[in-house]
Amino acid sequence: MTVPDAPVPAGTPALALRDVGRVCAAGGASPGTALEGIDLTVAPGEFVSLIGPSGCGKSTLLRLVADLLTPSSGSLSVNGGTAQTARLERRYGMVFQAATLLEWRRIRANVELPLEIMGVGTAERRDRAQQMLDLVGLSDFAEHYPWQLSGGMQQRVAIARALSFSPSILLMDEPFGALDEMTRERMQAEVLRLWRETGTTVVFVTHSIPEAVFLSTRVVVMSPRPGRIADVVPVDLPATRDDDTREQQRFFELTTQVRDALRTVDADAGSTRP
Amino acid sequence: MSSGARQARRTGVAEAARTVRSVALLLLAGIVVWEGYKAAGQALLSVWPSVWPSFPLPVRPDDRSMPHVWDIVGTLFAPARRGGEDILLVILLDAALYTWRIALVGFVGGTLFGLAVAVLLVRSRLAERSLMPYVIGSQMIPVLAIAPIVVIWGGRAGLPTWAPVAFISGYLAFYPVTIGAVRGLRSPAATATELMRSYAAPPRTVLLQLQLPAALPYLFPALRIAATASIIGAIVGELPAGQSEGLGRAILGFASSFSAAPQRLFASVLVSALLGIVFVGLVALVERLVVPAPLRHRDPTETVGPAVSGPAASVTGPSAAVDAVAGGRS
Repeated sequence: MTVPDAPVPAGTPALALRDVGRVCAAGGASPGTALEGIDLTVAPGEFVSLIGPSGCGKSTLLRLVADLLTPSSGSLSVNGGTAQTARLERRYGMVFQAATLLEWRRIRANVELPLEIMGVGTAERRDRAQQMLDLVGLSDFAEHYPWQLSGGMQQRVAIARALSFSPSILLMDEPFGALDEMTRERMQAEVLRLWRETGTTVVFVTHSIPEAVFLSTRVVVMSPRPGRIADVVPVDLPATRDDDTREQQRFFELTTQVRDALRTVDADAGSTRP
Repeated sequence: MSSGARQARRTGVAEAARTVRSVALLLLAGIVVWEGYKAAGQALLSVWPSVWPSFPLPVRPDDRSMPHVWDIVGTLFAPARRGGEDILLVILLDAALYTWRIALVGFVGGTLFGLAVAVLLVRSRLAERSLMPYVIGSQMIPVLAIAPIVVIWGGRAGLPTWAPVAFISGYLAFYPVTIGAVRGLRSPAATATELMRSYAAPPRTVLLQLQLPAALPYLFPALRIAATASIIGAIVGELPAGQSEGLGRAILGFASSFSAAPQRLFASVLVSALLGIVFVGLVALVERLVVPAPLRHRDPTETVGPAVSGPAASVTGPSAAVDAVAGGRS
């Protein structure tokens, strides 16, 4: 129950979902079938984006992997074990749309929070937090409070916090949804760099087509009511991507492909609407 | 950073000066209204003696019903008993100190009990559904009815006489604490709770690291209400307990001799109010020491850029909770 360091056997997928479904109880916020027949395998080191219209169960899927929700049917494994084991062994880090920093803690203390909970000693905690703040370029703000930072900076702190205990998987739920376009593109480049440097497996929920294509090795297109996987678009852009990537022919082709897949989903959803 | 702290201190001093000024102004206004009413009423009666009771003023403006402000203040500095050494102020302050000591026991005990109940209520929906009606119902029983029972039970159990009084005081104090703390403990965002769960944090850690700090801005307004409630509880509790040292007996005694020396009752009311103000002031002082600065006051102009997790919700939250608590008690 400390910082995960035990290696996962080679060849084990980071995530394996077989026919996973989730039914929400009647009387809840959104009763009915949230997810149905989800089959998805993610290899270690992959960057997979989940994209789709609102209500297609992207966030629900992420929360199933995180063991914040439990599937109603099917099987789900994380690093070869159950989602619960992965959570208890702190195998994943999580980033939400809101940075969710504890406002009474300084930035450094916020990054140290998971380490503190996991029982890491003070000196090591300090070192790790410093490394993480260096990594996201916020060392100068270690002694600030969250409210003194901009939205983009707060989100970088949230990422540093999620990476502080070196999880093998990073789950991100629309992390840049509340940021302006310029900040957003900077953050995307930053996440790509962190992904390359840490080798973490990333599952990334987003509404933005260019964001999904720019970041991912694969884009999973989902359809709503019930949430299903409608299409999977492999992204064959070079591993090293920068702002020029966004202007390449291949980038446009891939965004078009994802957009078409989303349009089909939308049209289908429209035709089956009562 | 240090310039910010200095500025904060300067703002604090300016704020305190403003508070003192407005308190003094309001006090002056109160005196002017009191004496103005008396003067105008007496003038009216002398010009037109038959106005009373055919044109009833809410309160008779004579010195028996409304002693002059200077008489009230004067009686504070006059010897309490004919030939006695101590002035009334000293005697009343002694009584206030005695009552406050009991109220403090009630306040601390009531706060701890209120917090424990709140944690239980937040932990389990079942506990909330089954216990909450009793928590609310407890405040529907008039203290006047329950105080003699508690005093008699305490006496039979061989407890010191102050113990039942402290219990009654705590009985009134715990309610606002429970209501405020329940709201505060529930105040963290759903994602913050999910975050703690993703770290596989045990419930105790979630309580200490997330819920309690988040509850502080809700808790302290509730504690201020609990402070005054604990004093009321102690004053009322002293009456059936037959304690002659406290404010309760002093007020009762001066009330029975109101027609002979009304200014003494008003003087004791003034001292009771002063006790409440001092106690609430002490709670505010503890708040300054305990609540971390970013939860206490946030200056939005000092942000580097627009914040995503806006503090607006948590700023309006606590005051709304206070309104709810205050509304529930009035």
